[in-house]
Amino acid sequence: MIAQNLMLVLVLLPFVGALAAVTQPRGAQRGPAWISGATMAAGLVILAALRGPAGATWPLRASLHWAPSAGLDLAFRLDGFAWLFAALILGIGILVVLYARYYLAPTDSAPRFHALLLAFCGSMLGLVLSANVIILVVFWEMTSLLSFLLIGFRSANVGAREGARMSLIVTAGGGLCLLVAMLILGRITGSYDLDHILAAGAVIRAHPLYPPLLVLFLLGAFTKSAQMPFHFWLPGAMAAPTPVSAYLHSATMVKAGVFLLIRFSPALGGTDAWFWMVTGTGMLTMTLGAVIALFRHDLKGLLAYSTVSHLGLITALAGLGSETAILAAIFHIVNHAVFKASLFMAAGIIDHETGTRDMRRLSGLIHFMPVTGALAIVASAAMAGVPLLNGFISKEMFFAAAADWHNGTWLDNALPLIATVGAAFSVAYSARFIATVFFGPPATDLPHLPHEPVRWMRRPVEALVFICLAIGIAPDAVLGPTLNAAARGVLGPLIPHVSISPWHGLNLPLMMSVIALLAGAAIYFPFARRISEGPEGPPLLWRVRAVRLFEIGLLAVTWKWPRVLHRAAGTDRLQPQILVLVCLALLAGLGVTFGRLSPIGQRAMLAPDLAFVLMWIAGGAAAVGAAALAKYHRFAALMLLGVAGAVTCLTFAWASAPDLAVTQLLVEVVTTVLLLLGLRWLPKRNAEIPGDRLFPARLRRARDLVIAIIAGAATTMAALAVMTRPPGPSIGNWFLRNAHSEAGGLNAVNVILVDFRAFDTFGEITVLGVVGLTVFALLRRFRPADESAGRPAQQTGKAGEIDDLPMLVPSITIRWMFPVLIVFSAWLFMRGHDLPGGGFSAGVTLAIALLAQYLGADTRWIEARITVLPIRWIGVGLLIAGLTGMSAAAFGYPFLSAQARYVELPGIGAVPASTAMAFDLGVYALVVGATVLMLIAIAHQSLRSARQRERAAEEEGEAA
Amino acid sequence: MSLILTAALIYGQVALAVAALLALWRLLKGPRAQDRVLALDTFYVCIMLQLLVTGLRLGNPHFLVAALIIALMSFVSSVAAARFLLRGEVIE
Repeated sequence: MIAQNLMLVLVLLPFVGALAAVTQPRGAQRGPAWISGATMAAGLVILAALRGPAGATWPLRASLHWAPSAGLDLAFRLDGFAWLFAALILGIGILVVLYARYYLAPTDSAPRFHALLLAFCGSMLGLVLSANVIILVVFWEMTSLLSFLLIGFRSANVGAREGARMSLIVTAGGGLCLLVAMLILGRITGSYDLDHILAAGAVIRAHPLYPPLLVLFLLGAFTKSAQMPFHFWLPGAMAAPTPVSAYLHSATMVKAGVFLLIRFSPALGGTDAWFWMVTGTGMLTMTLGAVIALFRHDLKGLLAYSTVSHLGLITALAGLGSETAILAAIFHIVNHAVFKASLFMAAGIIDHETGTRDMRRLSGLIHFMPVTGALAIVASAAMAGVPLLNGFISKEMFFAAAADWHNGTWLDNALPLIATVGAAFSVAYSARFIATVFFGPPATDLPHLPHEPVRWMRRPVEALVFICLAIGIAPDAVLGPTLNAAARGVLGPLIPHVSISPWHGLNLPLMMSVIALLAGAAIYFPFARRISEGPEGPPLLWRVRAVRLFEIGLLAVTWKWPRVLHRAAGTDRLQPQILVLVCLALLAGLGVTFGRLSPIGQRAMLAPDLAFVLMWIAGGAAAVGAAALAKYHRFAALMLLGVAGAVTCLTFAWASAPDLAVTQLLVEVVTTVLLLLGLRWLPKRNAEIPGDRLFPARLRRARDLVIAIIAGAATTMAALAVMTRPPGPSIGNWFLRNAHSEAGGLNAVNVILVDFRAFDTFGEITVLGVVGLTVFALLRRFRPADESAGRPAQQTGKAGEIDDLPMLVPSITIRWMFPVLIVFSAWLFMRGHDLPGGGFSAGVTLAIALLAQYLGADTRWIEARITVLPIRWIGVGLLIAGLTGMSAAAFGYPFLSAQARYVELPGIGAVPASTAMAFDLGVYALVVGATVLMLIAIAHQSLRSARQRERAAEEEGEAA
Repeated sequence: MSLILTAALIYGQVALAVAALLALWRLLKGPRAQDRVLALDTFYVCIMLQLLVTGLRLGNPHFLVAALIIALMSFVSSVAAARFLLRGEVIE
């Protein structure tokens, strides 16, 4: 049980660390680094503890319930393979943290960097430890997202942004393919559990969906592991800070793809399709990657293509799938991570100390930095596969696996040859790296005079190179048991123990190694000068750039085609859009109901009431009048809209919906003022629109009128048809029955809002707050049209003619009304529990009260006396509502469960007191805040233009 | 409820509706914008009274709240409109 919990802690720990790191102060450098180092060290301790007691009972499993109804548990499992990967992730992680502590510039945000790094580390751990394939894909996509953020860490740099975007598009696209593959796997095997799927290999391979499944799965793995033709994102991602490259592109991110291939090879592998696709792609990538690497002039570019090449090697081994091949693949994953991380760090040191990564400029650095140089030379010798270093042994094992007989196809027969060629180029680029950077005449024109880096920046490189040597000299003692445990984790507990030795005697693999070393030297040294003077890429091939193809494709899909489509089928004009929308709705409605639904049902209708018929005539006439006048007489149309709204409210009241009537009346008032505020900024339309009386315009209007009448009639029919039928069993009755007994309120509408459906309300007020803030933000940048920017015509008359004391009587009335309206608002709020009213209408009332004060006097006078902080109202409202909801958890109830009772207050009597009321208070505060925020934001436009006029007048005065 | 009261209330309702229609007539016809603002204010008064009379007739106290809101707050939109006409902007 302890072991299970420790495993869950292991996955959660980096995310907790990320939270801790991101909350560090902005300029902190040491704190975040300590947090992330300590987190990873703690992870390693847990990992070591898990290895001791649990070694015998692998796989170790633990799970948290997440969404059991969907078959989704946060399930984790740990076996030898996952253990090895986790150790790699955490171990190299610590070294990267140490390195980054000295690499990051003071201007880089260390808290952000370490938080992202830790979150990435946690995602990788989750990925390798997942026992549920869907969770695995979730962590997989998280690594894609976080690597996007890490690669684009220096977001001011164009290259970093583009590299990050490219890597995200490629790897996240692959992740989507992987998700579909996992869903198919779940369908075939009936479970998303990893153990279950791995045990069902025979069923999967025989299933008709196996080919598409395999293609999708491999797309996911290949994009992540930068296999051809998806390799191009990896060199692009070299714009990342070097610690990120050292971490993501040696030990973690790109290894996720090969992790997946090896993990699923027992279930999906062993078929001809698997062999051809995986080994074929791997060998192609290995060889081409090595060839391209030789011709890169950028130090990190060379390392990037070398990574592509080594990933190809591991992929090819996964494709072979034999026991020795899997062991070799796992071994090479470790070795490559170790030497490549040290090389990336060394490249970072060189870049840091000399100011350039261009190998054509670097030369003779061994004189300036002998220790770093020696370390880098050893690491690149390991990369080339020189004996007594770790790269040599796993490459030997690769040669042995390649030379074995598998299925006798031409690819199988050609494997030893391709492997040797690839290895030869790998030797060649390693030789180039060593020869050009460290030897030759000392460089003279470097941006900085190079020297050794600070001691602690070199320590991680030293540690990694020491591991290279240790594995190379005594592989079985250092890694033997771990590797065998990992292989057993992949292939099952029954495979024989393999002991790894640095010397296998004189055999074919050794011959291949020797040939590769000699051939590599023969490729590089005669052509050294031609390579560094040539273009950045292999001869003939350098014109074909996968990046260019990707960019052309991306441009077409995201820029050109949408525009073509938009030109062909879209319009920016609103009128045709509305026309199409109305016609479509009309056709759809008619198509569904025509001939099947008579407009009048059997339900008895109310007797017509003469007064209300008259009122409705008035309302209808006003609505039509508003539509007719809206074109040239906006103000009159606005007044008519007021009439239509008033009649609507009356109808609500008459149809027994007093709540609606109350709310709607308040909204009417606010809307009228809002539209008047906006009207001031609209340019006046006095002149007629040209061509408005010509025949085509009349014809268009006639057509629109016909469509409008038909649509209106159809809507009326539909409403009539619904209302003249008896209502079916509705949820409303349940609310009416239970409003008082369950929630203690008599006003069912309000009880629904703040109790039964409180979660919806919570969402709605959040949206309202967001809308308020958005309106505010938009209006801050609002600049009126020139013709309405000046002083309104009414204020520009001669002195004496204009009214300097406008509306003195209403102003006084408004000031007197302020306390009355506040009391009214409080009254509406309190009675909302049992009678019409409630937080929303009370909030709008208070907003109107505040707004009225602005109307009654000028803005500056008001703001000198009342300070309203609408944004604070919004925040407090949301906080109150949210905290009220959460308080239910203290009593063990779900979010937003309400408590209700009446409390006897001395002097006032029985007062309803419920948590729903506190929630309603949150609604109240938020509504006040949002409404006031929006209205005041518009009102301040006048203030701003007034200030501008004053400033202009002052400047004129000074000039005169 | 006595017959006289019912008849009076119905008469009140119809009379208020006619008053509202007349106010609407002024609103539609204008001619000045000031006439329209005045007409809208009158219309709101008619609606408020209509709510009260209807509430009396139906014996429903909830109509009172809506009427109260019109009484307390509908003047805000009239003031806003008046300021718009007098000064050219609603809030200075």
